[in-house]
Amino acid sequence: MKNKNALIILTGATIGLFGALLVKLGNPGNMGYCIACFIRDISGAVGLHRAANVQYIRPEIIGLGLGAFVASLTAKEFRVREGSAPLIRFVLGAFMMIGALVFLGCPLRGILRLAGGDLNALVGLLGFVAGVAFGTQFLKWGFNLGRAYPSKFQAGGYVLPLILIGLLLLLLFKPVFNVQAGGPVFFSTAPPGSLHAPVLISLAAGLMGGALAQRTRLCLSGGFRDFFLVKDVYLLKGYGLIFLVALILNIIFGQFKPGFLNQPIAHTNFLWNFLGLFLVGLCAVLLGGCPLRQLILAGEGDGDAGMAVLGMVAGAALAHNFMLASSPAGPTLYGQVAVILGLIVAVVVGLVYREV
Amino acid sequence: MSESLDVRGLSCPLPVMKTKAVMDRGAAVIEILGDTPAARENIARLAASRNYSVTEEEAPTGEWKLILTLRR
Repeated sequence: MKNKNALIILTGATIGLFGALLVKLGNPGNMGYCIACFIRDISGAVGLHRAANVQYIRPEIIGLGLGAFVASLTAKEFRVREGSAPLIRFVLGAFMMIGALVFLGCPLRGILRLAGGDLNALVGLLGFVAGVAFGTQFLKWGFNLGRAYPSKFQAGGYVLPLILIGLLLLLLFKPVFNVQAGGPVFFSTAPPGSLHAPVLISLAAGLMGGALAQRTRLCLSGGFRDFFLVKDVYLLKGYGLIFLVALILNIIFGQFKPGFLNQPIAHTNFLWNFLGLFLVGLCAVLLGGCPLRQLILAGEGDGDAGMAVLGMVAGAALAHNFMLASSPAGPTLYGQVAVILGLIVAVVVGLVYREV
Repeated sequence: MSESLDVRGLSCPLPVMKTKAVMDRGAAVIEILGDTPAARENIARLAASRNYSVTEEEAPTGEWKLILTLRR
């Protein structure tokens, strides 16, 4: 038990440290880590959306996935399994991304935004907790996407790590196939996409965070679930430390600016900050984990979580092509419609997929 | 009263919730078969908070079997 406590403390401290440090070293404001924003940037970098200022192959995502992959192999926990409603998970992953991009961040970035003094994040995180609580009701009514089964073939588990290595090579070599139009990869020349810490440090931050998150099963929806269900604060301790360490470092680095106004890559619309992360919380419960946890599970061989991650990639592309993503000016009308649609879809899934 | 549960392949947090439901029915001995390491740890934490002791029995590779026993 003592070792386990040491591990969650190490995990919280590491992610909190890089959460603040990566910003100091060049990442966008309050964006040391953000699963949603970074997957969105990757989605744009490979040309799936055309929002020119959010295109970059974020090494943090590559590192998180590969870190989880290596840690699970080392711990003999790498197990290829799949078959629990993959297409539904794809759709829920897409809506989880859309909700996050209406808020402007995943729950982890919510914590890091708060640690930078952005009080809008508090509104979003309240929405997240409410979404988790709401989603838990469906579980109590018998919601279940069905069992995943061990795959006959281990090979499927290597697909995601190979894709991540492919992305890393694209980032390092920046190939150009189309001299006139650019591509196959696109990199922003304007912020926030142009802002990034040195590649190797970002990659290391991802690898360490991914390995530790795999060992501790770090998950924000899981943290609140454990607290509400069994009054256990093991996972929440991790998030508390992420917040505390990032907060202290942000103050030291001069990155802490408390308030609602003029926060980096954030808007001040209470309702849609709340509802954006509410949708994320609801989808996270139905999927069995927040965006970070889906990425980690995918790294350790969970093909269904891999579908949720691909859904997030697709959702990010849709969010920008359909103008669903918010901007510092606030949410778009299309984004508001998409969040409502996402809530309806999630509720229908929650009611239909029920054990009798 | 003794009950058994198969939580193999279920997404988080169903293994914990199903275990909790069986505990709420008053089972004194619960045998649980599962496969994800996260579920094993979550169930062990639930057992500790509900005053059940946990023993592990042999299971096929990639799976685990826990026996929860209510402490008197």
